[in-house]
Amino acid sequence: SLGFSLYYAVGSSPYHTNMLSFSAAGVILLLAWIYPSDSLYFHIGETEKKCFIEEIPDETMVIGKYRTQLWDKQTGSFLPSTPGLGMHVEIKDPDTKIILSRQYGSDGRFTFTSHTPGEHQICLHSNSTKMALFAGGKLRVHLDIQVGEHTNNYPEIAAKDKLTELQLRVRQLLDQVEQIQKEQNYQRYREERFRMTSESTNQRVLWWSIAQTVILIVTGIWQMKHLKSFFEAKKLHSERAFHRSVTSTRELMVTHPKVC
Amino acid sequence: MHGSLWVLLQVLWAQLLCGWVLGSELTFELPDNAKQCFYEDIIMGTKCTLEFQVVTGGHYDVDCRLEDPDGTTLYKEMKKQYDSFTFTAAKNGTYKFCFSNEFSTFTHKTVYFDFQVGDDPPLFPNENRVTALTQMESACVSIHEALKSVIDYQTHFRLREAQGRSRAEDLNTRVAFWSIGEAIILLVVSISQVVLLRSFFSDKKTTTTRVGS
Repeated sequence: SLGFSLYYAVGSSPYHTNMLSFSAAGVILLLAWIYPSDSLYFHIGETEKKCFIEEIPDETMVIGKYRTQLWDKQTGSFLPSTPGLGMHVEIKDPDTKIILSRQYGSDGRFTFTSHTPGEHQICLHSNSTKMALFAGGKLRVHLDIQVGEHTNNYPEIAAKDKLTELQLRVRQLLDQVEQIQKEQNYQRYREERFRMTSESTNQRVLWWSIAQTVILIVTGIWQMKHLKSFFEAKKLHSERAFHRSVTSTRELMVTHPKVC
Repeated sequence: MHGSLWVLLQVLWAQLLCGWVLGSELTFELPDNAKQCFYEDIIMGTKCTLEFQVVTGGHYDVDCRLEDPDGTTLYKEMKKQYDSFTFTAAKNGTYKFCFSNEFSTFTHKTVYFDFQVGDDPPLFPNENRVTALTQMESACVSIHEALKSVIDYQTHFRLREAQGRSRAEDLNTRVAFWSIGEAIILLVVSISQVVLLRSFFSDKKTTTTRVGS
């Protein structure tokens, strides 16, 4: 925001033909374009991968800016910028297809536009060329992700299209309303998915309860039939065995009368 | 000379305006037994708001803790699903807020948070704040604020819907696995019952056939 304000200030001042201040402003604008200005930061370990999820409707632009700082043991503070330290940025779309997989330097800016609505995953992990850099230290990552209407740079739009203040405000309102409309469309698509999932669950429960009842009845009948035939066979067999034992004892009594 | 002085004044004015910092809104994954902290440098006197909501995972709760530069806890809540906390920064320095999932053993969670620091930067950083806005302009400003709150409500609605949807999809897969598993178990149990019964009677059969010698 410093760069933008400076650029605007220089552009509107009556002495804007001063090339030096203009180019200085340009440089600051470029840096502001890359650097997230005083934003949120967190710490990341050496092999750690940090992922962020952005659930967005389709045709939405997302701009992410990050800045890294490395802990310096000698000075006991974080160095402003470390060469040789890179961050690998990987972005996946809702179908887990990789739409961006690039290596950036210690400071970087990545941008993408969604073509399918849904959850996009932005993953960052450090890819340091010199492993010694990390040695027990932590990496501080400043991150700023802007989505949809927030990606618009209004002072730039005003300068490009030569809009008055009121026109620019109305333009901002139009962009906001467009974002709301897109989100509502996405909401309709999500609700449809939810409904389909619920109906599929309903169907599955129905079929499963019918199938279970059928399996229960069939196995019950099979068990009874099988056991019945098994015991009938056993009963026959045991009757025959009993008859055999009776006849053999009778024979024994006839042949050896002294035993009894 | 005069021109560069004018530019310098503009730059200093712009620097002053940079007390306005953009808000950060992020959704991240918090693995089980993990703690994730975020830091932000805030100037004294800025009004800040921290809002968070658990999107997916377990019982949809997370521990949240907000500390000021001296380490004093400004806000601490355990196992909260959704909350919003507004405070005015009393000191200059780095404020830290952490989300913890250390109480959970195997569910990892997705947490959304929105940390607003100060007001949004004005559309025209160069404008002179002394002149009053015309009626049209103030109407535009109020519409802008209303639309911002609409977008905010939409975001919260989307998160709640995502919660419901992930539960429904979980249920769907669980029903599928459970029904297949139970059918298999039924078959296995019924067959093994029969086999076991047969084995009981088979043993007796061998003992009864051994008639005296």
